[in-house]
Amino acid sequence: MTTTTARKPDETVEPQQGKVGAPLFEVFIRSQNGLNHRHVGSLQAPDAKTALLNARDVYTRRNEGASIWVVESSKITASSPSEKGPLYDPSTSKIYRHPTFYCIPDDAGAI
Amino acid sequence: MYAQMIASQASDEDPKRLAAFQKRIDAGEKIEPKDWMPSEYRKTLIRQIGQHAHSEIVGQLPEGNWITRAPTLERKAILLAKVQDEAGHGLYLYCAAETLGISRDQLTEMLLDGRMKYSSIFNYPTLTWADIGAIGWLVDGAAIMNQVPLQRTSFGPYARAMIRICKEESFHQRQGFDIMMKMCNGSKEQKTMAQNALDRFWYPSLMMFGPSDSDSIHSEQSMAWKIKMNSNDELRQKFVDQTVPQANLLRLTVPDPNLKWKDKRKGYDFTMPDWDEFLAVINGNGPCNADRLSARKKAWTEGQWVRDGLQAHAKKNANIMIAAE
Repeated sequence: MTTTTARKPDETVEPQQGKVGAPLFEVFIRSQNGLNHRHVGSLQAPDAKTALLNARDVYTRRNEGASIWVVESSKITASSPSEKGPLYDPSTSKIYRHPTFYCIPDDAGAI
Repeated sequence: MYAQMIASQASDEDPKRLAAFQKRIDAGEKIEPKDWMPSEYRKTLIRQIGQHAHSEIVGQLPEGNWITRAPTLERKAILLAKVQDEAGHGLYLYCAAETLGISRDQLTEMLLDGRMKYSSIFNYPTLTWADIGAIGWLVDGAAIMNQVPLQRTSFGPYARAMIRICKEESFHQRQGFDIMMKMCNGSKEQKTMAQNALDRFWYPSLMMFGPSDSDSIHSEQSMAWKIKMNSNDELRQKFVDQTVPQANLLRLTVPDPNLKWKDKRKGYDFTMPDWDEFLAVINGNGPCNADRLSARKKAWTEGQWVRDGLQAHAKKNANIMIAAE
């Protein structure tokens, strides 16, 4: 399976010219305890510590966060859209993985 | 709008691929950065999102003019918060544009050397405090009119940026109207100031939606790709119909002798702005174009040492960490 790095332009993008600025970070925020961190966006920062501070300013100005994660975008390995078939098709035929596949008489009660 | 006169044309790629792409869009699917997309779709989006982002950033300047002169500490805090939001909006949009394979530095350089534009509206000066009210009420009001439908645009990162922006934008419009209400209920001088602000910002606000549909540059392709959701005239009409009753509520007069409610079509007849003025402003000859661009250039050049310093610090710390391992 070939993988590509998130945000790396695919083959249809003209290659970037000119200087590239500070690295890109993806920002994840837990809006309250008990919930998952959720991807909210990205930002550029020279290092992770600054990225965290910037994320605080950009993404939590209205109490949206209880916790922030930042991760350099280049560290993320992402699947490619062209792999959609091989990756996900095998699961579509396995309908027996869903509870609704089985007919159980009403008399059986809670099951 | 915040993005004006964005022409789009059909791509000359494999018709089969184009048709499959169009089918996805028609089915309401979102296009994500790594999906295949026609090169014209990508190019048009870069121009549109880039112009939109530049507008958010340049849009801070007319309002920034009044931060030190806001009439009360509370108004000052509110205006600061609004201007800070605009910086955030610019950032969301630059990030969305970057997923299309262009860097933020490239976009900034294109703004500074005049290859990219920003909305015509930010080339008008803010002469009095009432202008800050008029901007929030009219300019942010017009922006919302355009941005709400764009939340459903076909390009995922753009749609998501719009959702975040719209969430924050309604405070902007309301704080502007709040300023106008205060001034309209104030002294005679304050009311006059509010009326003057409406007089000066009315037509430039109407220009934000871009030229009339009949004179508009080709946007059929953008419509089909769901990059543009409504026609310029459609949104302008909606804006006028929404704003005139608000002006009445403020007991202000919209500076248009031809303004008339038409029962039959349930909308106002109104005078179009001066399109020659619009073209002059968008082509660099508005009252503040030179000021705005030189302010951006100054910020970019004089901020270079900060960006360099941060990078150097990050590099040094990374080296220290490696040495400690």
